[in-house]
Amino acid sequence: MELPNSTRTETEFDLIIEPSRGWVSLQLRQVWEFRELLYFLVWRDIKVRYKQTILGAAWAILQPVFTMIVFSVFFGRLARMPSDGVPYPIFSFAALVPWGFFSNGLVAAANSLVGNANLIKKVYFPRLIVPISAVLSGAVDFLLALVVLLGMMVYYHVWPTIHIVFLPLFSLLAFIASLGVGLWLSAMNVQFRDVRHTVSFLVQAWLFATPIAYPSSLLPEPWRSLYGLNPMAGVVEGFRWALLGTPAPGAIIWVSTVASLAVLVSGAFYFRRMERIFADTV
Amino acid sequence: MNNVAIRVENLGKTFRIGARQERYQTLRESLTRTVTSSFRRAAAVLHGHASEGGTDEIWALRDVSFEVQRGEVIGIIGSNGAGKSTLLKILSRITEPTRGRVSIKGRVGSLLEVGTGFHPELTGRENIYLNGTILGMRRTEIEKKFDEIVDFAELERFLDTAVKHYSSGMYTRLAFAVAAHLETEILLVDEVLAVGDASFQRKCLGKISSVAKEGRTVVFVSHNTAAILSLCGRVTWLNAGKVRDDGETSTVVQRYLKSMSATEGLPLQQRTDRKGDGSARFVSLRIESADHDQVIRPGSRWKISVGYHSDQPLQRADFCLSVYDYMLGCRIFELDSEVTGGMTDLLPAKGTVTCLTDPVDLSPGRCYVNATLMRNGVLADYVPHALSIDVEVADVYGTGKTPARNHVINVIKHHWFAGNGTH
Repeated sequence: MELPNSTRTETEFDLIIEPSRGWVSLQLRQVWEFRELLYFLVWRDIKVRYKQTILGAAWAILQPVFTMIVFSVFFGRLARMPSDGVPYPIFSFAALVPWGFFSNGLVAAANSLVGNANLIKKVYFPRLIVPISAVLSGAVDFLLALVVLLGMMVYYHVWPTIHIVFLPLFSLLAFIASLGVGLWLSAMNVQFRDVRHTVSFLVQAWLFATPIAYPSSLLPEPWRSLYGLNPMAGVVEGFRWALLGTPAPGAIIWVSTVASLAVLVSGAFYFRRMERIFADTV
Repeated sequence: MNNVAIRVENLGKTFRIGARQERYQTLRESLTRTVTSSFRRAAAVLHGHASEGGTDEIWALRDVSFEVQRGEVIGIIGSNGAGKSTLLKILSRITEPTRGRVSIKGRVGSLLEVGTGFHPELTGRENIYLNGTILGMRRTEIEKKFDEIVDFAELERFLDTAVKHYSSGMYTRLAFAVAAHLETEILLVDEVLAVGDASFQRKCLGKISSVAKEGRTVVFVSHNTAAILSLCGRVTWLNAGKVRDDGETSTVVQRYLKSMSATEGLPLQQRTDRKGDGSARFVSLRIESADHDQVIRPGSRWKISVGYHSDQPLQRADFCLSVYDYMLGCRIFELDSEVTGGMTDLLPAKGTVTCLTDPVDLSPGRCYVNATLMRNGVLADYVPHALSIDVEVADVYGTGKTPARNHVINVIKHHWFAGNGTH
């Protein structure tokens, strides 16, 4: 949309508005310039969420804890699922914490443009900020769940390894994957409202396609590494390795990293390409 | 040295009508379609097309060109659907043009709505920060102006109350206060003055005119010709997406108003600039004096005959006629069957209703009438400028000194005498 040095001598102007064609640049510099808006949108989401619900922060914990109990009873107890030598409840919970961040972020991002339609139709700002803020506002819930996880580790006498220093990197990977998929879905959601309904199916299927209830070590190589094409497979195994000291996951991490980055970059370009119709369609 | 703040060249914008309907397609439909034409569909998604066959395009703007000098206050007028809002949305980068280009010098702030992004659960203080940031202010800028904003809104005591507990007046005051402190070189304003009570509207107008006096550039879109007349030095008149006229304010406004009366000349049934679901329609509208001399003068009683047509008998019909001053575009009074007790009877599908008024103390001058017909609480028909009427000159006071419309709106019979009024 902005081409500061165009054919004519119009350098005296600060801004040129023209129709854009095809794939356009991401304009990350502009996103950076609007970082205060990003901050306030995240702040608004968090504040409103905790003001409106009675249980507030407790929801952040209840959701994964409840799933963990269900998994422990059915997969751990009844199905006797292997758990890489750690107690099953903590094995599944260590995976459910990053999973919750990923899936909540993805759902929030998918609905973010439609949910912020009033802003998009009335004010200009880089639209990328909307899904980014949606994913980021899940960070508080994620941190709270992480605290519960640490509490459980103390209870089960599982001590973190030195690899815990990599935990922020795995969290970042979960963020990248969540935002990447969220960008695709949010842009599609503006145009095809069906996306909203398919997101819950997608998340459910993805939950079981990710080694949360079971370890990825069930698979022999090279299949295990290829499993990393699901970005969350790498994140989950990374979390277990860093926190619980399960065997090193190996190549799966790298495959997941490449997969997440690919989804993020393609998602961002697709989003920018579709951006021109947002205000007219949303 | 070039002093252009905004240059608009051959600007055009189309909307695809097909894209609108696409939103409401069902899951089943889309699954069928995904299966049958997944490749075509994938290509459509990637190319940013809403659907195959959605070729019905309408031009909201076409070949629009004009320039705005730095420090100029320009008004944009035009009837509904003329493209005013689309133009403003392009200038503020909310939507992209289909053709042409806009060149802008200076930081742009746009107020397309008062209170964009306000969240009802947050307090006044929190919303000032949120809204300010959304409008493009820096945090430090908001902090610096915070007290000024609160002063302007007159809401010191309610700063830490959630906005959902505010009255609509308080809400508007706070929202406008934030917006009014946006200090950009160029300000784009859309009809925001249509909200709030009269005294607050005056305050807002005052603020905008002081902005204009500071030498900032203002683009002001409004239906309110009175506001345009008092604020703008120049007016661009948009009609059906094109610039119809551009020039000195009062000249263009008068031409614009004249053309509005030209559409009034059409019989009511042939008017296409109406809104509503069409389940009932106005077919005729006549206003005459109910007094014996048949001429509408200051103090005449009005008799209004409304002909309507519907597909079935009308239940809970609400006829409303709003009378406006022609030049200023301000609403003088309203004749609304709902507020007077309602049309309780079941009305026949075709027929006439009549409204009789008490003496109407309007000064001599021209008025126009917007006609609204609601049926069971749903808008059935709305015709803007359905009719215009002239209140003829009359010697109300018997002194030959009856003021005209450009001086006052009402002419009240009254007497003066010495003393304190007790006999």
